[in-house]
Amino acid sequence: INTWRSQFSQLTFIGEIPPKPTGSVTVLPPIKPNDGPQAFPDAEKENLPVFTMDYPRIQIPFEITLWVLLASFAKIGFHVYHKITVWVPESCLLISIGLIVGAIMHSVHEEPPAVLTSNVFFLYMLPPIVLDSGYFMPIRPFFENVGTVLWFAVVGTLWNSIGIGMSLFAICQIEAFGVQDINLQENLLFATIISAVDPVAVLSVFEDVSVNEQLYIVVFGECLFNDAVTVVLYNMFNFVAEMPVVEPVDVFLGVARFFVVGLGGMGFGVLFGFAAAFTTRFTANVREIEPLFIFMYSYLAYLVAELFAISSIMAIVTCALTMKYYVEENVSQRSCTTIRHVIKMLGSISETLIFFFLGVVTITTEHEWNWGYILFTLLFAFVWRGLGVLVLTQIINPFRTIPFNLKDQFGLGYGGLRGAISFALAFTLPDNIGRRQLFITATIAIIIFTVFIQGISIRPLIEFINVRRTNRNLGTINVEVHCRLMEHTIAGIEDLCGQWSHYYWKDKFLKFNNRVLRKILIRDNRAESSIVALYKKLELQNAMEILDTVSGDISAAPSIVSLYEEKKSSAKPKKKFMAADLRNMHDLLSKNMYKIRQRTVAYTRKHALPNESQTKEILMRRHASIRRSLRPGSFQSSVVPKSHKYFSLPAGKSLDSKFPPGRLSHAGKLSKPSLKGCTLYSNQLPHMPYGGLFC
Amino acid sequence: MGVSVAYSHVVGVWRSFFPTVSLEQIINLHKRFKQLSGNEDTISRENLDSIPALATNPIRKQIIEAFFDKRNQRQDEVGSFHEIGFEQFLMVMSHFRPPTLKTTEEEREVMRREKLRFLFNMHDTDSDGTITLDEYRKVVEELLSKSGAIGLEAAKAIADAAMLEVASTNVPHMEPDEFYEGITFEHFEQILKGLEMESRMHIRFLDVNTTTMHCGK
Repeated sequence: INTWRSQFSQLTFIGEIPPKPTGSVTVLPPIKPNDGPQAFPDAEKENLPVFTMDYPRIQIPFEITLWVLLASFAKIGFHVYHKITVWVPESCLLISIGLIVGAIMHSVHEEPPAVLTSNVFFLYMLPPIVLDSGYFMPIRPFFENVGTVLWFAVVGTLWNSIGIGMSLFAICQIEAFGVQDINLQENLLFATIISAVDPVAVLSVFEDVSVNEQLYIVVFGECLFNDAVTVVLYNMFNFVAEMPVVEPVDVFLGVARFFVVGLGGMGFGVLFGFAAAFTTRFTANVREIEPLFIFMYSYLAYLVAELFAISSIMAIVTCALTMKYYVEENVSQRSCTTIRHVIKMLGSISETLIFFFLGVVTITTEHEWNWGYILFTLLFAFVWRGLGVLVLTQIINPFRTIPFNLKDQFGLGYGGLRGAISFALAFTLPDNIGRRQLFITATIAIIIFTVFIQGISIRPLIEFINVRRTNRNLGTINVEVHCRLMEHTIAGIEDLCGQWSHYYWKDKFLKFNNRVLRKILIRDNRAESSIVALYKKLELQNAMEILDTVSGDISAAPSIVSLYEEKKSSAKPKKKFMAADLRNMHDLLSKNMYKIRQRTVAYTRKHALPNESQTKEILMRRHASIRRSLRPGSFQSSVVPKSHKYFSLPAGKSLDSKFPPGRLSHAGKLSKPSLKGCTLYSNQLPHMPYGGLFC
Repeated sequence: MGVSVAYSHVVGVWRSFFPTVSLEQIINLHKRFKQLSGNEDTISRENLDSIPALATNPIRKQIIEAFFDKRNQRQDEVGSFHEIGFEQFLMVMSHFRPPTLKTTEEEREVMRREKLRFLFNMHDTDSDGTITLDEYRKVVEELLSKSGAIGLEAAKAIADAAMLEVASTNVPHMEPDEFYEGITFEHFEQILKGLEMESRMHIRFLDVNTTTMHCGK
């Protein structure tokens, strides 16, 4: 029994099995009584055990599940008191909880799972995070700022690594600190580890404060791409650190390798992205597994890139970017929601786990503390980041259409928190580096310092210095129309002046897209303008809002509201209905929704029947009243009575008598409708405020 | 040099309004102007119509018209020119200058308003100060005309919905018999209040690409 258990413990990749008193009993095969001479004449007959336990068998999945649950409970816990998460970023809270759990574990002398071995982190925990970032990256601002993003990511990381590395090497020469045995390569390696920026906490603050789009996207993009750069540099310096002498050839090869890795990653990503898009063209009949393709292809891109030792982060990010646009047109609404939700969920779990383990491991590892080295590391990290941002911004500002002012630069520099990647890279340092423990300690110190101090203080600072803000995406039709108008105007004027800028390339790419790519990758290809797409989406959203204001929960209806906007549902009044009423309501609403959708589609069909204009007008008026009633100020219980007044008319009366004010007519076309054919559903459901309008 | 003497008065006009432009940029634009006009002193609509790169732009008519629109000359005149000279050309182009680090808040406001005015003039073809439903519809139809198989119905529907939006935002309490005449400039500003124009409505006055100058004609 004991040998069995110890064999199992060698098989686990997740860590040590503490000797647990499990009381496992294994089933011995029952000894059959023979008639012949018995070798063990006194052998007992074992009874069939009624209750057995077999811990080692389930140990690995069990422990994984428990850890994930624990971290998730911590997350639930934070949001109980709402104010905390506003002022203290979630990563801080997670690390704190991790510290507490680590302290508990340390006091009972247990080891935490060795989650941060190279394979587990890089193959299982990192891809969801990167996929999450890549999939939800806002595309248009990204491409408008792509130069700046890459500039900061690549050159910035190099600047930081080399700067910090050199300074630390200089410090190492001072005898007083006792770290003379760290040579230049090791210093550079360490510097690379700590120059990986991970402003997860900062991004949520930026979003809450609505900083201007350029700053947001540069911080976001820099975070993503400098992960890739850091990993590449790390591998390079790792390789170099083992070499006794570095020759110029090696430096040159290093640079060449850098390009191969970066561009190769992108190439693979695009390839897999197109493959995914193409596959989803044919998945109309297997809707249940549609989301699977997205995940499989992204993960495959990641793994294949790892196979060839090129940048897997770039691969998965470009894969997500490429396929998102085409896939979301091909798959069904539910699959789309599922994909987004699952990506968010996986990313969130990974991140939670990483920060949690950061806290746990802080307590339970053996530390090697060296005041001088660590304090100087902190100092140099700060100083070089600040300098880097200043210098790089000076160089790139002339090329930018909206230059970064000093406040933006402050936000950019101060937002350079360290996080997950640094943590993992520190743990994967090879053992032949003499001062490995010191490096780990220093990395943890700097992560905790930046996450706590900078993470907590950035919000008040940003608000205090009043960084330029942007008004959030106004998804109105007017805005969309005028955005397109402006783009075309600029493209036209550029053509007129014979100049090129990125609008030209964008125009060209869009044409190529429409003519070639969409035909191949999208199932039923109607070259749809973004204005029409937005319009349809707004119509559907209106329909949703109409339904949503009366019923608390229409979980069956597909939701196109993005995950970020679900917060506002707390303002809606919740009503209690009886079961039968609920069923009737569901029925009614789904049928009515069908009608609304039909109307929307009919809206865009070519022919116009004589009474189409009537339904059009009704829909338009409904828009007006809905929009008015859904305005932020009116989001109290008065919302229900308003729609009550609008919808539940006694049968037979015409609409005008109770019609809310503000009938809008445009230049002569629309007229008063007469709703003779409409029946109203107010009798069957006495509790329901929503009468329903069927024509 | 002879070149700078010829340009000096132009530069003077330009500089008095827009001190951030360099002489080189103006010379480049002048070269382009000469090329478009066939070495004449004025450009007519036909000259601009014949630019092949513009042919695929859905709103080329509006863009070309904008150059000849007197309202874009900042002189409170109405109507349109037959031909424009280099100064008027520059005046229209000046609507698209980007802000620099040194532009103050008021200047940004002024620039934003100019750009909005430019867009408004593009819609308001009869110069009556309001954008009626028909005018809006026309622009939306043009915008969608190159996007493939979208019917006129769709464009109409979109224009209707957009007007409705403007009306409901700006005039929330209308009497049952009131008409919503058209979008005035104030309403226009209001509806686009949150939209960030600086990053979208400007061009960088870079060197004119000489190769396209030759084959562009």
